[in-house]
Amino acid sequence: MNTISELTCILRQRRTIAVVGLSAEWHRPSFFASKYMQSHGYRIVPVNPRYAASGGEILGETVYADLADIPFPVDMVDVFRRTEDVLPIARQAVAIGARCLWQQIGVVNHEADQLVREAGLDAVMDRCVKIEHARLFGGLNWVGVNTGVISAKRRA
Amino acid sequence: MADHQFQPETLAIHAGQVPDSATGARALPIYQTSSFVFDSAEHAASLFNLQTFGNVYSRLSNPTVAALEERVAALEGGRAGLASASGMAAEAMALMTILQQGDHVVAGGALYGGSVTMLAVNLKRFGIETSFVKATDPEAFAAAMRPNTRAVFAESLGNPSLTVLDIAAVADVAHAHGVPLIVDNTVPSPFLCNPLRLGADIVVHSATKYLGGHGTTLAGVMVESGRFPWGNGKFPGMTEPSPGYHGVKFFETFGDFAYCMRARMEVLRVYGATLSPFNAWQILQGVESLHVRMERHCTNTRKVAQYLKDDPRVGWVSYPGLPDHPQYELVRKQMRMVDGAPGASGLLAFGVKGGLEAGVRFIEAAQFMSHLANIGDTRTLIIHPASTTHRQLDAQQQLDAGVLPDMIRMSVGIEHIDDILWDIDQALDLRTR
Repeated sequence: MNTISELTCILRQRRTIAVVGLSAEWHRPSFFASKYMQSHGYRIVPVNPRYAASGGEILGETVYADLADIPFPVDMVDVFRRTEDVLPIARQAVAIGARCLWQQIGVVNHEADQLVREAGLDAVMDRCVKIEHARLFGGLNWVGVNTGVISAKRRA
Repeated sequence: MADHQFQPETLAIHAGQVPDSATGARALPIYQTSSFVFDSAEHAASLFNLQTFGNVYSRLSNPTVAALEERVAALEGGRAGLASASGMAAEAMALMTILQQGDHVVAGGALYGGSVTMLAVNLKRFGIETSFVKATDPEAFAAAMRPNTRAVFAESLGNPSLTVLDIAAVADVAHAHGVPLIVDNTVPSPFLCNPLRLGADIVVHSATKYLGGHGTTLAGVMVESGRFPWGNGKFPGMTEPSPGYHGVKFFETFGDFAYCMRARMEVLRVYGATLSPFNAWQILQGVESLHVRMERHCTNTRKVAQYLKDDPRVGWVSYPGLPDHPQYELVRKQMRMVDGAPGASGLLAFGVKGGLEAGVRFIEAAQFMSHLANIGDTRTLIIHPASTTHRQLDAQQQLDAGVLPDMIRMSVGIEHIDDILWDIDQALDLRTR
């Protein structure tokens, strides 16, 4: 259960996002979400062995085969993989010093979630970074979604 | 730890609107603009591809209208909402988003006349067939389901039949067949009944009625629960690449608000039954007091129903809030309590003794009760459905819709109860002149 204030904190602080399972096809949800986050000021670091071998780039960024190959600090590990494949990714996330493990919609690995929480990371399950960003910082309300935001403060 | 859950009285005022970013305006601005600028070519492309959220053209989305969409979604406990120019448009879009030629609908029989016509005439022309069943019998819904059924449609509280839908039971029937239950929740309003919380998948409203509450403005809203499994194989339009959006798969991309996104991007966008920003703003002014008004509608209507029941000049009275109504237990189960009794909304029906002519004279003798085709106004409204709103239906269809030849439908307003009873009393006296 992630509250509005937790999610807002995470999205404000964690600006470098390693997207595990990012597809190069423009109409795939992982590409949609990453493009959106990139255009909203986040650095996207693609992680996908399928493209890494050929020295590929997605959204103008070098693709890495796995998290350990990334030569600079990563704040958030955003997972677009099947639930059963998340645990090793979670361990890697802890090992590289990431501050948050974010499992996308339909990705619900409780063991991985628990593991990273015990290591002091923030953890999110079954949510989309793009949708949560749009929900809390503006955009999602424009398509009539019930954001749950009740506030007397202007949106930043 | 979970977010604080706000009560409907608070949501009615705050949901969907925070102070304006540009100016700090506390109240909702009316964004009376047809179009919105792009920040760059890249931004424009992203918007057209649905890769980012934003406003392009008010036919598709508008910030003032969006506030109404989110407010009604919040009041219904739903995931997302979509507004339209009228309740009929909301209903049409709700159906057209998921139906195509060759599909079948199972509908509760005691529907508003316009809904009957939409299903029996308009959609039929496009090869969509509808079976109308007894709305009070969940088994009748089950018996009418076919392999090509793709939606179940009914009213939570019938207008003017006043029949009550067993929402949970009919939702179960729909779900057993893998199709959504769409409920017209206009008469109760979200304050008295939340069909989504009882198992329905989509609700539609004529916001013209209780939501706006003041009889000034036409509008419609649909809300989705976000829980329907659109990927169950029966709705390829939700899961296959969309020809209109370069292959985007709505359900995969938007998940639990995919239905409203598709309704917006594939139906509203094309047919254009868009709600104006000014109208959305007007409706929202009314929504802010929805809870206060609905409580008064209920307490007034209870008293009117009892008065009519006791009066020798009246032949019969039907009001779901009267304990002797055949579905009173269901009303008690599904509707919010108001002042110690189930809030059964503001509609009641009765027959004056003396038949059709006495009925017509009653209506014409009313002093401040208004003779017109609407419900859910602050003002008390009266009409004779058989000769007006349901005139397009034949005698059998009228009976099926719960319309009797001598029936007067009253939408009890929030005037002082003594004055309402005074007007009814003097009009009943004058009915035989």
